[in-house]
Amino acid sequence: MSTKVGERVLPTGRARRPSASNQESQKKRGEQAGTRQQGKATPWLFLAPYLLLFGSFVILPAVLGVWISLHSWDYTLPNKPFVGLDNYVSLFSPGSTVFGPFWGSMRATGIFTVLSVPLLLIVPLAVALLMSKKFPGRDFLRAIYFAPYVLGVAVISVLWRYLLDNNIGLVNHYLGLLGLPDDTAWTTTTPAAWVALVGVTVWWTLGFNAVIYLAGLQDIPIELYEAARVDGAGPWMQFLNVTIPGLKPILSFITIITLLASANMFGQSYLMTQGGPGRETRTAIYQIADAGLRNFQMGSAAAMSYVLTVFLMAISALVFYVFREKQPKKLKKEVRS
Amino acid sequence: MNAPTTTISAGSRARRARRRSGTITRVVVLGAIAIAFISPIIFMIVTSLKTRADATAIPPSWIPNPISLQAFASILAPGTSTPVLQWFANSMVAAALNATLVVITASLAAYPLARMQFRGKNFVFVIIVATLLVPPVILVIPNYLIVSELGWLNSLVAIIIPTAASAFGVFFMRQFFVGLPIELEEAARLDGANRFVIFMQVVLPLAKPALATLALLAFLGNWNDFLWPVYVLFSPEVQTLPAGLSTLQSANAVRYDLLMAGAVVASVPVLALFIFLQRFIIEGVSRSGVKG
Repeated sequence: MSTKVGERVLPTGRARRPSASNQESQKKRGEQAGTRQQGKATPWLFLAPYLLLFGSFVILPAVLGVWISLHSWDYTLPNKPFVGLDNYVSLFSPGSTVFGPFWGSMRATGIFTVLSVPLLLIVPLAVALLMSKKFPGRDFLRAIYFAPYVLGVAVISVLWRYLLDNNIGLVNHYLGLLGLPDDTAWTTTTPAAWVALVGVTVWWTLGFNAVIYLAGLQDIPIELYEAARVDGAGPWMQFLNVTIPGLKPILSFITIITLLASANMFGQSYLMTQGGPGRETRTAIYQIADAGLRNFQMGSAAAMSYVLTVFLMAISALVFYVFREKQPKKLKKEVRS
Repeated sequence: MNAPTTTISAGSRARRARRRSGTITRVVVLGAIAIAFISPIIFMIVTSLKTRADATAIPPSWIPNPISLQAFASILAPGTSTPVLQWFANSMVAAALNATLVVITASLAAYPLARMQFRGKNFVFVIIVATLLVPPVILVIPNYLIVSELGWLNSLVAIIIPTAASAFGVFFMRQFFVGLPIELEEAARLDGANRFVIFMQVVLPLAKPALATLALLAFLGNWNDFLWPVYVLFSPEVQTLPAGLSTLQSANAVRYDLLMAGAVVASVPVLALFIFLQRFIIEGVSRSGVKG
């Protein structure tokens, strides 16, 4: 092997392209060493460590879950008899013991999702619009809005249970100073508990959505706004005809991740309301985790998780359908011309 | 707006004034929201520095009187049933190892998906990306059984390894690799370097910002993870901070001085990372949105 070529290799990562004169020998050498293309095994060797994890803790459990859901699978009992679709049938039979708790928890998840998603789509957009123009201190404010999100659900839930304490909490104290009722039991009565759970979640994740919106807003070409202004479009028309169509891809992304995040709500309810009063704020995830991992009714809990998943996938598909590309092209063209 | 001042019309002057007052209103509104956003976090810190009596005094005060480290002293004392210092160490170890594992496995897997032609490539990539949309809840129960079978229940390994299978990480690194100029790699290949050497010596040095971002996001995710640790770690001495906070809350329902001190301990590392590496974190999040 020509050592001269061999030396000119990597460490600096600044290797030059070979000159035309020794390209021929390069090629031959490459063939001999088998590096012209990689060997068949090479990509799989790169993939192997990840695929080992992915196979063991994502693919295997996704399949194993179906298997579990077809058995009367009590973790603590030696026998786990096959029961076919019984676990699913029970979930849909009003007389069964699991029917009430499961659909009650689905209802709680539904309430939380319906209340939180619109707020988490609209409020962060408003904040992002206010932030879209440069002004001194903008990056600082952006960091402050984002800060609650890095704290994690356990910290923010424990914190807000304190702030919302009905006797000594800061929230009731300030409401009292404003002349409003100062004895609301935020974590132990509904509908106050819903207001608390939704409000805390908006506080916690607003910055996350706002940051994504902001990136999307900055990708909209400024010429589109100028063209719209020339055509006499006011701020509202610009928002409807330039901003919204320009944000469309981001909008569908944010809608899906917000929906999925809200539908997977667990920690806030577990730590702030303990699912109460009664079981009213016990969400589907809470119910599934408790049924499967506290009471070890894993067959039934696995079935619940697939029913919930079917709901979530249907909703995601609906969002994709609503946001699919169609008329906005026409709108953009109008603005441009 | 760049007309000479002498010819500025009344209309444009008014427009400029309106714009300036618009900016002021905007900053005032945003500033007010920012104060509302940060004050709960400040109050958490304030309360952690109060005495037991002061923490529940009415009306609540924004200044601890006296400033006391009692709450920290009592939760950090060794030999309690709520070993906060141990939880801190557990969280550190788990999050650091998990982030390392994510960065190594995801970048290795992403490279052939970005740069090599091979049979099954699209299939593998589509499967990985598809799992991004699968609600994690369907994995919880079977993973509990798998982890139990492996003998990892009630041990930190259960928090470190299963969650390292990060589909987001592979997707994120692949997008980054695809965007790198290919010339350097081609040149190295013509020089006879094998793929692994190229990956280690040419590609990874260029990918440092992306690797740092992914490591940070993985660290934060693992540090804050709640549901999984709550159910798979049951002895106090193996818990991580979020699961521990839940234990602390059930043990001291209204000892808000202790709870806030615990919450501060759980927040300090992530807030410090955020303050110093804010740009990486925020850009990582917004980039995942734009490209997702």
